[in-house]
Amino acid sequence: MLPDFFPDQLPPALRDLLERGVPAPDPAMSRRSFLKLAGLGGLALGAFPLVAAAQGAGAQADALKPTQQPSAFLHIDADGVVTVAINRLEFGQGVQTALPMILAEELDADWNKVRTRFGDNSPAYVDPAYGMHMTGGSNSIKNSFVQYRELGARARSMLVSAAAARWKVDAAKLRTASGQVLGPGGRRLTYGELAEAAMAQPVPGHVALKDPKNFRLIGHPTPRLDARAKSSGRQDFGIDVRLPGQLTAVIAHPPVFGARPRSVDDSAARVVKGVKTVVRIPLERGGEGIAVVADGYWPARQGREALKVEWDTNAVEGVDSARQLAQYRELAGQPGPRHFDADMTPLDSAPHRIDAEFVFPYLAHAPMEPLNCTVRIGREDAELWVGTQFPGVDGAAAARVLGLKPEQVKVHVQMAGGGFGRRAVATSDYVVEACEVAKAVRTAGIEAPVRMIWSREDDIRGGYYRPMHLHRARIGFDERGRVLAWDHVLVGQSIAAGTPFEGGMVKNGVDHSAVEGMREPYPLPMRLTVHHPKLNVPVLWWRSVGSTHTAFVMETLLDEIARSTQQDPVAYRMALFGDQHPRHRAALKLAVDKSGYGKRRLPEGRAWGVAVHESFSSVVAYVVEASVQQGRPVLHRVTAGVHCNLAVNPRGVEAQVQGAAMMALSTCLPGSAITFKDGEVEQRNFDGFTVARITDTPEIEVHIVPSAEPPTGMGEPGLPPLAPAFANAIAQLTGKPMRELPFRLA
Amino acid sequence: MITLHINGQEHRLDLPPDTPLLWALRDTLGLTGTKFGCGAALCGACTVHLDGEAIRSCVTPISAVEGRKVTTIEAATEGGDRIGAAVRDAWVRHDVAQCGYCQSGQIMSAMAFLKSLPKGKQPTAAEIDAAMAGNLCRCGTYSRIRAAVADAARALV
Ligand code: FES
Ligand code: FES
Repeated sequence: MLPDFFPDQLPPALRDLLERGVPAPDPAMSRRSFLKLAGLGGLALGAFPLVAAAQGAGAQADALKPTQQPSAFLHIDADGVVTVAINRLEFGQGVQTALPMILAEELDADWNKVRTRFGDNSPAYVDPAYGMHMTGGSNSIKNSFVQYRELGARARSMLVSAAAARWKVDAAKLRTASGQVLGPGGRRLTYGELAEAAMAQPVPGHVALKDPKNFRLIGHPTPRLDARAKSSGRQDFGIDVRLPGQLTAVIAHPPVFGARPRSVDDSAARVVKGVKTVVRIPLERGGEGIAVVADGYWPARQGREALKVEWDTNAVEGVDSARQLAQYRELAGQPGPRHFDADMTPLDSAPHRIDAEFVFPYLAHAPMEPLNCTVRIGREDAELWVGTQFPGVDGAAAARVLGLKPEQVKVHVQMAGGGFGRRAVATSDYVVEACEVAKAVRTAGIEAPVRMIWSREDDIRGGYYRPMHLHRARIGFDERGRVLAWDHVLVGQSIAAGTPFEGGMVKNGVDHSAVEGMREPYPLPMRLTVHHPKLNVPVLWWRSVGSTHTAFVMETLLDEIARSTQQDPVAYRMALFGDQHPRHRAALKLAVDKSGYGKRRLPEGRAWGVAVHESFSSVVAYVVEASVQQGRPVLHRVTAGVHCNLAVNPRGVEAQVQGAAMMALSTCLPGSAITFKDGEVEQRNFDGFTVARITDTPEIEVHIVPSAEPPTGMGEPGLPPLAPAFANAIAQLTGKPMRELPFRLA
Repeated sequence: MITLHINGQEHRLDLPPDTPLLWALRDTLGLTGTKFGCGAALCGACTVHLDGEAIRSCVTPISAVEGRKVTTIEAATEGGDRIGAAVRDAWVRHDVAQCGYCQSGQIMSAMAFLKSLPKGKQPTAAEIDAAMAGNLCRCGTYSRIRAAVADAARALV
């Protein structure tokens, strides 16, 4: 949900932004207090070592970073209940189960006594590799695997030391199992009994970690910790936050991004029963909106309907999808920055040619929980309750709006009903809106926390889409399918340009997030020219980012070359891999073997489709069965081969692949596109913007390649290869290549 | 004042009669298990039972449910209803939820469907799909929803 940018290349502007978002250290907190203080009340600790480090304090434990301090991550009560803090947003991807599994493994905790709580924008909860608060780029498990293992091991070591002191024996003689320390002669003490004494133990710096062959949680399919709450209406999300006296705000947004009202008549809105006030707030791109604030969502929504607003859209660019496509085509013929630059001389003399053009539309993330944010402004502080992938960035943005210092803003990360990248916005768009409303409400003399809720229409029309893209390819190849020259052009808005991420992601005029997935891992002589036009449409990373389009282009074109030279698409890819890329080969082979590809005869009218793609360091291969029924492509069966190194929770990986496949299937269905007319988004709700249904769902089987290597993420990699695999099956049946999403049969 | 019968209790609400049941539940009564997804009968997140039948509470005014029995996810799954408990347990066994936001609505639709089946009848795959077709899940949990509904039906024989 974030591109794979480079942690060592985070631009200074972003570092600044983040550092100003980091609360100041509190020297009053003891680093030894993990078992007691670790914030069941939502207080995050662990800041003290920053001071210690700055003062050059000698002891090893004092040099631990906040992300390494058990105090901020772990609480053990007298009954032995272990509460683990989650340093990420849980929005369906399962970190709320996988991260505690990792910690509990090294702690030797009793899994039945493990609970969780969410973190906030305190320094302890940054991604240890990136140094910023973020959930994205399929990084949570990848970057926090060692971190959570060490946290568990440190706490375990302190509990063992406490038991050794109590029994007056050598700590090396003690073992731990299932929430207990076991000593000589059958002696045992529970973690709950030892918690208090363990607090007095120093926090070890270096700790030995388990040999992976002794894992009893990691690698074992484990049910989600939130399953019962989410199966009984008991799980609270950000939208369910209820503070005493809170008001609800609904915002009338301009019909075109950045437009302002010419005139507003709010007299009818103000007399709607329950409406407290109507305020005008600044919006992004110089725009202005009108917020109706009431004692509940419904009156606020009724108030919005009652507003009489004339919008002035003259001053802003009005994007039109048909015109935009023509512009992109024009641009594709121009010279531009090069990402790859192979020699294109062999193109004209090549015995075979493919000339192809692909079009991909804007896409909304459309998480099921409409975006929302609750703000309480205090005397010299503020609190936010929001399901966010960027609590640090959002906290800093809130501070700017509210005239506070970043350390005066606390961001309570809430369970989120999906997100897919939409909750990781460099401008903090919806969080800033909520803060502007809360500020205006206070200026209007009303002291109350404000919960801002977007309607579904606000979400579908609210921008920050997966950018629209045009791809062009001219490929020359020989009878054996050997590519002699591949001349490729890509046109699409840059996601990073104009944001603090630009320095780390845009190199030589090319946004890495637009080209990720092009060419790799195939050894192809490619020239890639890239154009990033600027348009009045906010764009954003959308689950698997660049690979949402690059994988489709690469995997359908290679398939076409294989088929047009009478080669089996699997054998063709395997030959291109040669003896390189063992993870690609293993994933593809597993999917092929489990699907029965090449062995089983398909029912009349069905065809196989294959694709394999690496994104965010994991490889997924799909073998699918599809048919065309009444002129409509239908997906029947999907077999996945997955290589994510060690799968921490195979059950979670399976769910992520099934879910990503369904999200990808959505992009193939009619109506899965955001389009513009006169600057306005043409879709409004789920009747205009398609999301796949149970009736579209194929059988999906997921198989994981066994591995003991350090885990890579699975939030996104299941998405990219599904649409091309499906397209390849349909192309076989119709004999015509598929060059568009959503699918259109000629 | 409108009197509503919700989860076996009577509530007298001072709300305009055209207020959708969804917002009376969520904002007035604090029953936030019922979710807002689209507000236009397009996603199923707000599904509750009205006299045992699944309805979309986001487009049902409270005036239309006066004097009738409303059941929400909270009472349906943890209130002693045999079918509700079976569906809930199947949902947990199959780890259906991902983000979980749509699942209240999914469960309410599944329950109403299972209640509508003749005693002892096991639903076909096509019947399950048809019954659940109005409930969107952006996380794509449909494979496990299918398995859980079939499993709950088996558990109820
Ligand atoms: S919220 Fe009622 S159907 Fe979507
Ligand atoms: S579980 Fe997330 S929308 Fe269904």
